[in-house]
Amino acid sequence: MSGLRVLVGVKRVVDYAVKIRVVGGKVETANVKHSMNPFDEIAIEEAVRLKEKKVASEVIALTVGPAKSQETLRTALAMGADKAIHIETAEGQDVQPLQVAKLFKAIIQKESPGLVILGKQAIDDDAGQTGQLLAGLLNWPQGTFASKIEFTDAAKKILVTREIDGGLETLKAPLPAIVTADLRLNEPRYATLPNIMKAKKKPLEKLTPSDLGVDLAPSIETLSIAEPAKRAGGKKVESVDELISKLKNEAGVI
Amino acid sequence: MYRTVCSSLYQARLAANRSVINLSIPKNYKSTLVLIEHKNGKLSSSSFNAVTAASQFGFPVTALIASSPSTAAAIATQTAAIAGVSKVVVAKSDVYAHDLAEMIAPLVVETTKAGGFTHIIAAHTAFGKNVLPRAAAVCDASPISDVIQIEGVDTFKRPIYAGNAIAQVKSKDPVKFITIRTTAFPAAAASGGSAVSEDSTVAAAQPLAQWVSEEVAKSDRPELASAKIVIGGGRGMKSGENFKMLYDLADKLGGTVGASRAAVDAGFVGNDLQIGQTGKIIAPELYIAVGISGAIQHLAGMKDSKTIVAINKDPEAPIFQVSDYGLVADLFKAIPELTEKISK
Repeated sequence: MSGLRVLVGVKRVVDYAVKIRVVGGKVETANVKHSMNPFDEIAIEEAVRLKEKKVASEVIALTVGPAKSQETLRTALAMGADKAIHIETAEGQDVQPLQVAKLFKAIIQKESPGLVILGKQAIDDDAGQTGQLLAGLLNWPQGTFASKIEFTDAAKKILVTREIDGGLETLKAPLPAIVTADLRLNEPRYATLPNIMKAKKKPLEKLTPSDLGVDLAPSIETLSIAEPAKRAGGKKVESVDELISKLKNEAGVI
Repeated sequence: MYRTVCSSLYQARLAANRSVINLSIPKNYKSTLVLIEHKNGKLSSSSFNAVTAASQFGFPVTALIASSPSTAAAIATQTAAIAGVSKVVVAKSDVYAHDLAEMIAPLVVETTKAGGFTHIIAAHTAFGKNVLPRAAAVCDASPISDVIQIEGVDTFKRPIYAGNAIAQVKSKDPVKFITIRTTAFPAAAASGGSAVSEDSTVAAAQPLAQWVSEEVAKSDRPELASAKIVIGGGRGMKSGENFKMLYDLADKLGGTVGASRAAVDAGFVGNDLQIGQTGKIIAPELYIAVGISGAIQHLAGMKDSKTIVAINKDPEAPIFQVSDYGLVADLFKAIPELTEKISK
C-alpha cells in the first residue's frame, strides 16, 4: 500500500530541560534554549517509520510560529520528513490551539493528507487540545494519546491503541483521521549530521495566516502569569519511627 | 454548521437577557453543564470533583450522562444523589458504550444548544481531555484546560510549563468549555442531592469510529493519576526487582507506585509509571520519593502533592528542598522497616 500522505504538526517550545523563569508577569523565553516539543518528535518519528514501512508515501511537517520555528522544521526534515510548511506569525504573538487548528484545517484542505499526527500536548501551554479541536473542525475521527498505530481493512482504516486512565483501549476508524502521540508510541531517533545537511535542501514552504484566511485573534486573554507558591520543604526526620509518627499525627495522611 | 448555530444562538440569548436586566447577572440565562464520567455502571471519582467545580459558578448544575442503555439507570441514580446537582439529563444509546469522542462530543454540543448552557465542565482526565475540546471546536470556542482555580464566571487559573508557572486567563467566548484538575477541587458529596432526571432528546450521531478492545490494568491498586498515596522510585532503586519493596509499601498504605524518568530509562519499570513533565502529573495526598534525586522534570510532576516525603541517602539531594519530611537513610533498610511498622 502506498499513497498515504501524512501531515505532522510540530511546535517550537522552550527545551524541556530548562527551568523557566517568570519575569515581570511573563515567562522569560528570550535567550532560552528552544527545541521541538518532545511529543512532536514522537509524532514525526511515527510518520517516518510509516514511510520506512512503505505505508506512507510522503511526510509533511507543519508548524505555526515565528521565524525561528524554521529550525524546528529543519529538525523534522532531518529526522526524515519530505517537506515542510511554515505558517509564519509575528514574534511574541499568542497563537492559541483553536487558531492553530483552523490554520491546520486550511492546510489539510490544500494538501489532503490521509493521516494527521500531532503530539498529545505542547509542554509550554500544556493545553492538549489541538488534535481534538482539529478533529472537531473537520469532523474526522480522532485517536488521542496513541501508544500504537496499525492499519487494517486494506489500509483503509487505522487501528489506534490509546493510553486511557487505568489501561489501554483500541479503536478502529476510517481514514482520514487525526492521531495524537503519547510518550509510549515510540523512541524518536536523533538526526544524524548527513541528514541534517540533506535537510537543508528539502523544500520548505512559507505562508502567513492571512494567506489562509484565518483570523488569529484569541478568545482567551492571559491576565497574568505568576510563579507557583513555593513549598516550605526541608524538614528532616531522624528515623523511620519519627517519620511514621509525623505522617500520622502532624500531616494526618496515613 | 454547528458553529454558526451555536454562537448565534448564544449571542441572541445573551443580548436578550442583557436588555431585560441590567447590572446584576440574570440567573436564568447562566447554567452549567457537567459531563459525567463513568465506567462499568459506576461513577468515576473524577465526576465528583467536576461537580464541585461546576457548583462554584453559582448557577444551577445539570449533569449530562452518555451511557449504553444497560447502565444508564444506575448511573442516573448515582448522579442524581450527588449534592449540588439540580438536574440530570440521560442520553441512552449503544453508541455511547465506550466513551468515543466522535459520539459524545455532538451530544454535548446539542445539549448545550438546547439547554442554553454557558459553562461546560469535565474533569481533565483521559475522557474529558478527549471529548471536551472536540465539542468546543464545533462551537468555535477555545477550551480552557486543567483549571486549578475558578475565580469568576470567565476567569480561571491554570498551570503552564508543567506547573512551573500559573496563568490567570479570561475567556471571551459566550460558552466556556472547561476541564478541571481533579486534585484541585474536593469531591462533592455522593449523597444529599435530589436532582430530577430526564431523558435526552438528542439523537445519537452516526458512528465515525469503532471501539475494538481494551486492556485495563488488572491491578487492585488505584490508578496513578488519581491515587491518594503514591510511592515513587528512582535510579536509587538499582533494579526492577527492587520495586517489589515499593509495591509492598504501597499495598500496606492503599496506594500505588510511580517512577522517575531515570528509573524508566534504566528499564526498571515501564514508562506508563513515569511521573514528571513528559509523564504523568500527580497531586496525591502523600508522595514518597524513594531514591529520587529530584530533577526539575520530576518535580514538575509531583510538587503539588499535599505532603512529600523523601528517602535518600544523599543529604544534598534537591528532593529534600521540597519534601515536608526528609529521611537521610539507605532505602534498602528504611523501606522494609517502614512497611513493617506502618499499621493501617
